Amino acid sequence: MAEHRRSPNQSAEMAADERGRLGRRRVLGYLIAAPTLAVGVTWIANSNDPQTADAAVPTLPQPEQIFDLGDLQNLAAAPTSGLISVQLRTDGTAYFAVPRAEVGQGMTTAIAMMVAEELDLPMDKVSIGLADARPELLMNQLTGGSNSMRSMFLPVRTAAAIARQRLVETAAAQWGTPASNLTTRDGVVSGPTGRTATYGSLAEAAATSTTITVSAELKSRSEFTVLGRPHNRVDAVDIVTGRKQFGMDRQVPNAKPTMVARPPTINGTVKSINNLAAVRAMPGITDVVAISHGVAIRGDTFGQCIDAIQVVDATWGPGTVDNESDATVLAKLRAAQLPMAVPPLLSNTIDAEFVFAFASNSPLEPDCAIADVRPDSAEIWASLKVPIVAQEDIAKQLGLPIHAVKVHVNQAGGSFGRHLFHDVAAEAAEISQKMGKPVKLSWSRTDNFRQGRTHPMCTSRVRVNYLAGNVLSYEQRHTSVQTDFGHGLGEMITSTAAHLPVAGNLSFAETIFTLSQSSPYNFGVTTQLLNEIPLKFNTGSMRNIYSPNVVCAEELVVDRLAAKLGQDPVRFRRNFLRDKRLLAALNKAAEVGEWGKAMPKGMAQGVGLHAEYRGAVAALVEIDCRPETVNRPIPDGVSGPRVTKALIVVDPGFCINPRGLEAQMIGGLQDAIALALTSSLHIKDGIPLEGSWDNYFYTRQWNTPRDVQVLIMPNTSDSPSGAGELAVAPAFAAVACAYARATGTMPTYFPINHGKLGFEPHPLEPSTPQSPTDGLDHTF
Amino acid sequence: MATHTFKLNGKQISVDAEDNVRLLWVLRDLLGVTGPKYGCALEVCKSCTSHINGKAFNPCSVQVKDIQPADEITTIEGLPATVGKELHPMQQAWLDMDVSQCGYCQPGQIMAAVAKVKQAQAEGRELTEADLDELRNICRCGTYSRIREAIKAGAEDM
Repeated sequence: MAEHRRSPNQSAEMAADERGRLGRRRVLGYLIAAPTLAVGVTWIANSNDPQTADAAVPTLPQPEQIFDLGDLQNLAAAPTSGLISVQLRTDGTAYFAVPRAEVGQGMTTAIAMMVAEELDLPMDKVSIGLADARPELLMNQLTGGSNSMRSMFLPVRTAAAIARQRLVETAAAQWGTPASNLTTRDGVVSGPTGRTATYGSLAEAAATSTTITVSAELKSRSEFTVLGRPHNRVDAVDIVTGRKQFGMDRQVPNAKPTMVARPPTINGTVKSINNLAAVRAMPGITDVVAISHGVAIRGDTFGQCIDAIQVVDATWGPGTVDNESDATVLAKLRAAQLPMAVPPLLSNTIDAEFVFAFASNSPLEPDCAIADVRPDSAEIWASLKVPIVAQEDIAKQLGLPIHAVKVHVNQAGGSFGRHLFHDVAAEAAEISQKMGKPVKLSWSRTDNFRQGRTHPMCTSRVRVNYLAGNVLSYEQRHTSVQTDFGHGLGEMITSTAAHLPVAGNLSFAETIFTLSQSSPYNFGVTTQLLNEIPLKFNTGSMRNIYSPNVVCAEELVVDRLAAKLGQDPVRFRRNFLRDKRLLAALNKAAEVGEWGKAMPKGMAQGVGLHAEYRGAVAALVEIDCRPETVNRPIPDGVSGPRVTKALIVVDPGFCINPRGLEAQMIGGLQDAIALALTSSLHIKDGIPLEGSWDNYFYTRQWNTPRDVQVLIMPNTSDSPSGAGELAVAPAFAAVACAYARATGTMPTYFPINHGKLGFEPHPLEPSTPQSPTDGLDHTF
Repeated sequence: MATHTFKLNGKQISVDAEDNVRLLWVLRDLLGVTGPKYGCALEVCKSCTSHINGKAFNPCSVQVKDIQPADEITTIEGLPATVGKELHPMQQAWLDMDVSQCGYCQPGQIMAAVAKVKQAQAEGRELTEADLDELRNICRCGTYSRIREAIKAGAEDM
C-alpha cells in the first residue's frame, strides 16, 4: 500500500486542498500494526468549529464569542492526541473504546453513529466501550464542558473512513480489480461482477504488520445516511430489561458493600470511635475503621451497613464550614461583590441583584466505587469523567506508582458534573487500604446531598443605563462561593494559556467564566465579571457552570428594560440581538409558541435566550401561578407554580442525532424548572438540611409540563455544537421571566420557594437514616 | 440468620438472611438481581420499584421476614415473562419513544407504569394526566415527558 504513504510535505499539500470532490474533506490517520485491521488517528483540533466572531457594533465581541471553553479544550487536545483507534474484528463488528464517560448523555450512541456512517456498517455492528484511564491521552480524557461531540466528531470519523478505505483496498487487491470499482454497504464490500466480501472476512487480510500513515476522504454532509437522522440509544434494550450494568451493579470478588457513618458537618473528621466493638459485632459486619471523614463499615449487605451506622458512637472533629449558614454565606458574597464601573444615570438606570441558593448536582445513582488495594498495586472501578487525574491522585494517596493503579470507568446513572471528581473513588481506595480488603463503597442518599458536591451559592448584580430608546451600558458582577475546578482542567489551562486570546493574568475560574459567558445583545459598554470567595464547601460544576445563573439574571433585566422602554419582550430582543442564530431561534419560538397569545390572569409566557458551546437556544414557556395551581395538594412534595407548556428551539450547528439532541433539551428544561422553582440546599450550621429526594425537590411528574416540544433548526454548520448543558440557562431564564410576568413581581431569590422550608429535616446523626419497614402498606 | 423462601420471577427460591434485612439488599447483594436499583433506601426515589403479587412496591422498605413463601416478587428481569413475551408492551413503548437517558431509574419507572395502568384498568377507567402526575419516581435526567408518552402508548397495548 505504498501509494498511501504520505511524507510530511505531501500532507502539507493536502492540507492546502483538504476539500476534494463532492466537498469531501481529506484526513490523515494510521494503520496500526495489529492482528486485525486497526486504525488510529491523532486527536486533531476540530478546525470545522466555527469562529462566530460577530462584527456587530457598538458592543465589541466578548472573549467567549471569539474563543470559547470548547475551543480551549480542542486546542488542549491537539498536540496530545495519543492514539484513539477503531478496530475491526473478524466477526465483522467494529470496536471503539471511547476515552469519555457515558453518564446518560447519549455520547456512545452518537459515537457509534459516526463510526457507522464513515465505515458503512450497520449500527448494531458497532460496539462502543469506555476506555480505562489512559495517561498518554493527557487532558484528552475529560468529559465535560459539553465538548465530547465537538472534539470527537472529526477524529472518530477519520478512523472509520480510513478503515473503510483499507477494507476496499484489501478486497481490490484480492480480486485484482481497481478499488474505484468497489462499493461498500452494510458491512459488505461489493465488486463489479457481483462478488462480495464481508468486512469480517477481510479484517485479518486488511491488517498491517507495521504502522503506516494513510489518508482518506470523509463523506460530505450531503452523503450522510446515518448522521443527522434520529437513532435510539444503543443501550436502550439493556436499560429497559434491567441488564445495563451500572457501577452500583458491578460485582468484583469479595468487594463487599461498604458505607460510612459521617460527622454532622461538611468535611468533619473523626476524633474517636467510642463503641468500636459494638459496631463490629453488628450482624453481617466484617470490618469497621476510622477514615479521614467518617467511620467506614463493610458488611454482607448495604442494609446491614446502614444498620451499623445507626449505632456508631463517635466523637467528631470540626468540618470546614461549621459556622456557615445561608445568611452568613450571602453576607460574605455581598461584601465581595466587585463595583460597577459606570455610574448610574438616575432615573434611567436599572439596578438589580439576584441570589441563587446552593444546589446539588447529585445524580440518581448514589456515588459509588469499587477499590481493591493490595500492598503493591490497586484496581479501581468508578464513574469518572477525568480518570487520569483520579489515577494520579489515588496513586499519590496510596503511595504507589501511577502504573500500579488501574482505573476502570463505569457506566454511570447520571452525572451532572458530579463525576468530574473522584471523591468516592479516593475514599474507597482509602478504606480498602485500611481494611486490607476489596470494598464496594456507596455513599448513602443522605451523604450525597449533605457531603457531596454542590453548585455554590452566588449572586449576580446587574446595572443597565439606557437613554432615548438605547441601552448605553450593561454591567454584570457575578459573585460566587468558589467553584472547585480541581478535577484537572487546570493542567489544560496551564499548558495552553499562551494561546488564549484573553489579556491579563486571570485566575483559572475567571478564565472559565470569561470563556463561557457573553451577552448576546447590543447593549453598549458591556462587562461581565466574576469574583469568588474562598469558603471550603464541596463544590463543582453542575450542568453548566455559571450560565444558568448569569443568563437568568440577564434575561430578567432584559424583560424589565423592555418594559421601561415600552416594548414587548420579544420585540425588544429582536431589536437588540446581535447573534443571528439566536435571532432565528427566537423568531421560530415566537411563531410556534404563539408568543403574545391571550392568557388567563395568573398565567403568562416567558422567553429566554442563550448561545454557548457554538449552539443557540430560545426557550418559550407558559407558567400557571394561579392559587388553585400553586396550592394544589402534593403529599411530601412541593406544588407551587407549574410550567404548563414548554418549547425549546435549538440550533445545534450540525445535528448528529435529533432524538438524542431532543432528549438533552428535555432534560435541560427539567433542570431549569427545578432551579427556578423548587430545588435548592438550605445550609444551616455547616451542613445542608436536605437528606432525601423528598427534601431536595428536583422536578417530579407533578411539576413537569404536560406539553413539551423541541424544535431543531436546520443545520447552520458542518460541526456539532455542545448540547448536554445548552438548554438549562435559557429555559431557567424563560421560567423566571414567565413567573415575573404572571405575578407582576420580578423574583430575586432562586429557587422561588427557597424561603420556605418544605420538609422536616432528617437528624444529622445518624448520618444515614434507617430505611422504612412499611413498604407493604403503600402498594398500588 | 434464617432461611427465607418466596417466588422470585417465577421461581421458588430460598435465601439465608437476617430477618430485618430489607428485600432490596436480599435481591441485589445476596441474590445478584440488580434490575431494582438503589437510589435512596428511603422509599422516596422509587428506583427499586418492583411488583409483589402484581402490585407495585419498594423492596428497600420491606423486611425480608415480611415476605411470605407464597408471595410472588417480580423485578424488571421477570416482567416480560408475565406476558409470555420477549418484552412487556411497556418496555416496547419505552424503546419506541427512546425514553431512557442514563437509564438508572427506568426499571423502576417501567414497573411503576405497569402497575399504574393496571390500577386504572382494574377501576375500569382510562389513564389520566392526573394519574401520571401521581407517579413519584425520580428521573434526574429529566426525561419525564417521554415517560408520559411511553406510558400512554404502552397502556394501549396492555
